[in-house]
Amino acid sequence: MRTAHQLTVENDGIADTLTLTRGISRAEVISEICAHLEPYQTGEKPITGETVIAKDLTIDSLAIMDMVMELEDRFDVSIPMSVIAEIHTVDQLADTIRDLRTQA
Amino acid sequence: MGLFDRHAGLLEAYRDVRTTGYDPFQIRMERVLSPTKAIINGRETLLVGTNNYFGLTFDPSCMEAAIEAIRAEGTGTTGSRIANGSYSEHVALEKEIAEFYGKKHCMVFTTGYQANLGVIATLAGQGDFLLIDADSHASIYDACKMTQAEVVRFKHNDPTSLEARLRRLGDKPGNRVVVLEGIYSMLGDSAPLREFVDVCKKYGAYVLIDEAHSLGALGEHGRGLCEKAGVLDDCHFIVGTFSKTLGAIGGYCVSDDPDFDILRVTVRSYMFTASLPPSIVASVRQALRVVKARPELRTQLWDNVATLYDGLKAQGFTLGPEHGPVVGVHLPDRMTAIGFWRAMLDAGIYVNVAVPPATPNGVSLLRCSLCAVHTKEQLDHMVEVMTGIGRQFGVLPDKQLRAAGAR
Ligand SMILES: Cc1ncc(COP(=O)(O)O)c(C=O)c1O
Repeated sequence: MRTAHQLTVENDGIADTLTLTRGISRAEVISEICAHLEPYQTGEKPITGETVIAKDLTIDSLAIMDMVMELEDRFDVSIPMSVIAEIHTVDQLADTIRDLRTQA
Repeated sequence: MGLFDRHAGLLEAYRDVRTTGYDPFQIRMERVLSPTKAIINGRETLLVGTNNYFGLTFDPSCMEAAIEAIRAEGTGTTGSRIANGSYSEHVALEKEIAEFYGKKHCMVFTTGYQANLGVIATLAGQGDFLLIDADSHASIYDACKMTQAEVVRFKHNDPTSLEARLRRLGDKPGNRVVVLEGIYSMLGDSAPLREFVDVCKKYGAYVLIDEAHSLGALGEHGRGLCEKAGVLDDCHFIVGTFSKTLGAIGGYCVSDDPDFDILRVTVRSYMFTASLPPSIVASVRQALRVVKARPELRTQLWDNVATLYDGLKAQGFTLGPEHGPVVGVHLPDRMTAIGFWRAMLDAGIYVNVAVPPATPNGVSLLRCSLCAVHTKEQLDHMVEVMTGIGRQFGVLPDKQLRAAGAR
């Protein structure tokens, strides 16, 4: 199966619409991540882009990896484990997903 | 920061566990009497948590073979095979395991952990892709820390999830190595291997399968899930252990790859650790003969699985998804699991307790593993004991309530 992005190269006519399906707003990615993290929120402090996932929340490392697997399928990207290990904040996770989507 | 500060969370959890009175991670078998009995805390205890699937730890022929080998060749090899050389028994064992699977090559390791660690980390190198099941054994996860390859997890036992990840790799250069297990060690469930193999074929991925818990248990000849699913030829690398069905210690990897032997000078967990002692090699060779000669042990094992699994299920326990030589009993939380485990030990039954982070999805489990030589009476008794404790702990509905609800 080809990805939408590969199709943009080959089918000039519909390139614009397909590129758009691949591109996705940062806000959308962040809101999806926050939805996954909500159950692990502690106290009143809201989850934001700066939230440090493993530290500010009650989520353990295995649950983080499971959440990443869900996000991978939602956004059709794969995040290598070594990259996950370097991600600390919600913003970083969102940016990684967006970068991978444009590379695909 | 103190050296142990980073373990503060774990220390606290461990302290909680110990408040129950016994420490499940430091159980002392005062005396082991047989594959199914030991003295623990001064009382004779039924063992249902030792991975001793065929009960071969006390098989007289295996014991004799080991004793004989010690007399003939001494207690240890005192070094690795590349330094101290191979004993002819090491070579003979490798030949016999290769023949057992109908594969060309076999390498024997000092443990199954080291086999997974070294083989997986070496097979997938820089520029390659390693795809592992989310519920993989620690030895597979540790290999992922050592490899230079890019590692991606897919959802447990989900070929569609694997396929999505292989598809996303597109036409990037690099080998794809997919790691699976025959039977998963916590819940006793098997991989949908045929579907996985189809996906791997479609994307040109290599398949490595760890048959640690399925050797002897699955397949017409006990070769494992790859035999049962009819895909022996499509599994490029099969890893296994001598520490469960074969009743000793050690690990192996078999393959048809013509260049397989290069692993002997590249896999560090093979090169830089002492090889198996003669006694172990001898008992394992004999145990493999027993597995081939006594298929009835497999039948007995599965009969016992049915007795325990169906018995617990009928009482209302939540279990792993299918019959398996490991039966995982779900409990609501860590402290209930530990309390339940302790109550069973007080009643003379030993199982494993498995709590996060060692378990998938944060579940708390009693992990029971069956043995071909458990008797039906022992297992019926175990179901009865667990039912009583289950009611007492509120894990199972009270008897009266059950009766009322049935009306
Ligand atoms: C799935 C799996 N692979 C590998 C191993 C390691 O086996 P060994 O005891 O030979 O190191 C185990 C046992 O703990 C296991 O459960």
